[in-house]
Amino acid sequence: MTADSNIPPETPEQAAETGTLAARIALKQRAGGVAVPVLTAVIAFLLGGFVVLATGHNPLLAYRDIFNGAGLNWIFHPTTNVANTAAYNLTQTLLQSTTLILTGLAVAFAFRCGMFNIGGQGQYFVGLYTANWIGFDFQHMAPLPHILLAIGGATLAGALWAGIAGFLKATVGAHEVISTIMLNWIAIWMGEWLFGDGGPLQNVANKTVPISNDVASSAQLPVFWGVQQLQGLDIGFFVALAALVVFWVVLNRTTLGYEVRAVGFNPEAAAYGGINVRKNLVRAMAISGAFAGLAGAIDMLGYLYHFGVSDIPVSNVGFLGIAVALLGRNTAIGTGLGALLFGGLLFGTTHGLSSNVIQPELAGNLTYMIQGLIVLFVGADVLILYVWNTRKKLRLRPAT
Amino acid sequence: MSTWTQGLENPVSARLRDPATSGYAGIVLGVFAAFLAIPPIEARTTTWPIVVGVVAVVLGIWTVTRGRRRLGYGAVAAGLLGIGLGILATRSGTGNLEAVFNASLIAQTFAFSTPLVFGAIAGMFSERSGVVNIGLEGMMLMGAFWGVYGADKGSTWVVGLIVGMASGGLLALVYGFFAIHLRADQIVGGTAVNFLALGITGYFFFQIYHGNYVPQGVSNIPNVRIPGVATLGFLGPAIGDLNLMIWASFVLVIVSYFVVFKTPIGLRIRACGEHPRAADTVGINVYAVRYGCVVLSGLLAAAGGVYLSDGFGGGTFTENMTEGRGFIALAAMIFGNWRPAGAFGAAVLFGFSSAVALRLQVYSASASTLFNVLPYVLTLIAVAGVIGRTVPPAADGKPYRKQ
Repeated sequence: MTADSNIPPETPEQAAETGTLAARIALKQRAGGVAVPVLTAVIAFLLGGFVVLATGHNPLLAYRDIFNGAGLNWIFHPTTNVANTAAYNLTQTLLQSTTLILTGLAVAFAFRCGMFNIGGQGQYFVGLYTANWIGFDFQHMAPLPHILLAIGGATLAGALWAGIAGFLKATVGAHEVISTIMLNWIAIWMGEWLFGDGGPLQNVANKTVPISNDVASSAQLPVFWGVQQLQGLDIGFFVALAALVVFWVVLNRTTLGYEVRAVGFNPEAAAYGGINVRKNLVRAMAISGAFAGLAGAIDMLGYLYHFGVSDIPVSNVGFLGIAVALLGRNTAIGTGLGALLFGGLLFGTTHGLSSNVIQPELAGNLTYMIQGLIVLFVGADVLILYVWNTRKKLRLRPAT
Repeated sequence: MSTWTQGLENPVSARLRDPATSGYAGIVLGVFAAFLAIPPIEARTTTWPIVVGVVAVVLGIWTVTRGRRRLGYGAVAAGLLGIGLGILATRSGTGNLEAVFNASLIAQTFAFSTPLVFGAIAGMFSERSGVVNIGLEGMMLMGAFWGVYGADKGSTWVVGLIVGMASGGLLALVYGFFAIHLRADQIVGGTAVNFLALGITGYFFFQIYHGNYVPQGVSNIPNVRIPGVATLGFLGPAIGDLNLMIWASFVLVIVSYFVVFKTPIGLRIRACGEHPRAADTVGINVYAVRYGCVVLSGLLAAAGGVYLSDGFGGGTFTENMTEGRGFIALAAMIFGNWRPAGAFGAAVLFGFSSAVALRLQVYSASASTLFNVLPYVLTLIAVAGVIGRTVPPAADGKPYRKQ
């Protein structure tokens, strides 16, 4: 019955009430370990299966076909030959996971600084546009500098785009959720203009279709598994894995990461400890956007090569990154695993799916439902606290 | 001058001296400057837009010096925009101008703004009670699909409206349970609602209609043809034959203004959004008020969705039909500073820019894009505080725990 201000949080429950987003998420990391995200995913799949069942399809067979569609049955018969359907599907799943790792990290990094970067999609687009521009306009470069320039430019573009939101939050206190949503839509319309009829990035050879140019072969990333013409798996996959390591090292082993996490836990305490909160908000947001911009570059140079106006509304990797990061609890390893799950779902329910139980159109929407359910459950503090408390009680019981 | 004599001042002259008056006058003049060069006035010289625009800018600067910065800068921006657009308009041919700017543009503006008005008012109720609603887009999408489904199976648009609104209300109830009882992070929960709605509507659209358009001849929400007005020269095409839901949106704005600001219920809603602990102390059931507002928010957003598919869309549905309109509605609510009239004004402005964008597409793709992106840029400027800060309810987005 006390006033809710001026009293330091004592129990984790109180910390979850009064603390920042990052503090609440940190609590969840302690509460229940890996059990909660696994449980969350299982419940989401069960509820999704219930919808499948209610509409007259066999959920078990549907999930089996999605599993195969994602190429995960490859582990039963491993082969590097992409003439094998399972192997081919697996390369495509990993291709999707590559993007999702990076867009997931974009969300996760901002989360660790106490911000919700809902603008991964816009930052991804800005990176994509920049990579396309540098990849096509800077002809006759040697492959390595060309690739590095395109990736660097796109990463910088993503960082600047997100940096706007960070800057607005640090200077005038504009909520990053609102500003990143607006920046998403500005990026979307920017793409419609860039690739649209008469736009600056529209195909120079064909002025009647709203599609960009193909990036020069010197800017295309080498494919290491599969055939380039059939969307083989490119070395961008290793870039994404490296990004996971960089994310972990920066957050846990550098002063920058320490400051970012301190601001995320408690901005007032961080400021009291001599940390420049404003600088860290801008910096965290820019790094967050850099991951999403990098995702755009890897996609453009890795397998897309061109982009059209009609591709813009279909793309939702930036939003999937939210589910990936939340399911992965904003950690490097969790984001990697979450990206694998959603990468599999993304490809396994659409292009990879060959099933007489469920059509790709239905299964593709099933992915959205599962995504929504996972995000819904992960966001619920009380559910997780309940699990946490039950665990605590179970542990205390033998002692008392 | 003492405060005692100030109290005796003539209210009319006091109002004239109020900087707010000059600010509003500046904005009106700025808008007027842009309209001088287009039909029906159609001044073919750049002098008039410049003169009127400069007056607007001067009024704006005057207002800024008197302390009303938000209004003042708004008037300056309107004046500059008016000069720019006015000059641009005098440069293009009169034929093209008449094709873009005519009386039916007003009707089209309302057609575009109505889903936004419903969405913005929906968001306002939820956020006034202290629950952020990023899920407007999803609730609107639910209304769009289940509305047209209801109109198809129930063979009348009334059933469609009821089914559609119920679907949005139901989704809002689920969201409310997570946001209020489970104290989930509201931004995360709202994002989840959007994904969920996208999945549900897409899934059932393919399951029921096999990915095809909804069958022809679905009962549509009718237009209201006003006898006498419908045949008038300018007013006829402008407001003579508007959809029922457009008129409903006008009523909604007025009603919600009175409910939020002039009734005890509205006071309770605002108390829950500003200081839930205080509201709880005086005996207001915070959870009940918040549930009520969130569900109402879902019903209203879905009504906007039903209009989109079964009124504006003529009884059709496509996957992800709302295409971000829920987010523009959210932007309109923020731009309108969490007030019904402000939200309505912003929604009409955004609707106008969409309508102009559609008409400009034939003449200039880049100009069309510019008008399409305008709502987002304006909202970004508004939250950045260049034209003055937008202030959300104090407890907006904070879960409340009973003690």
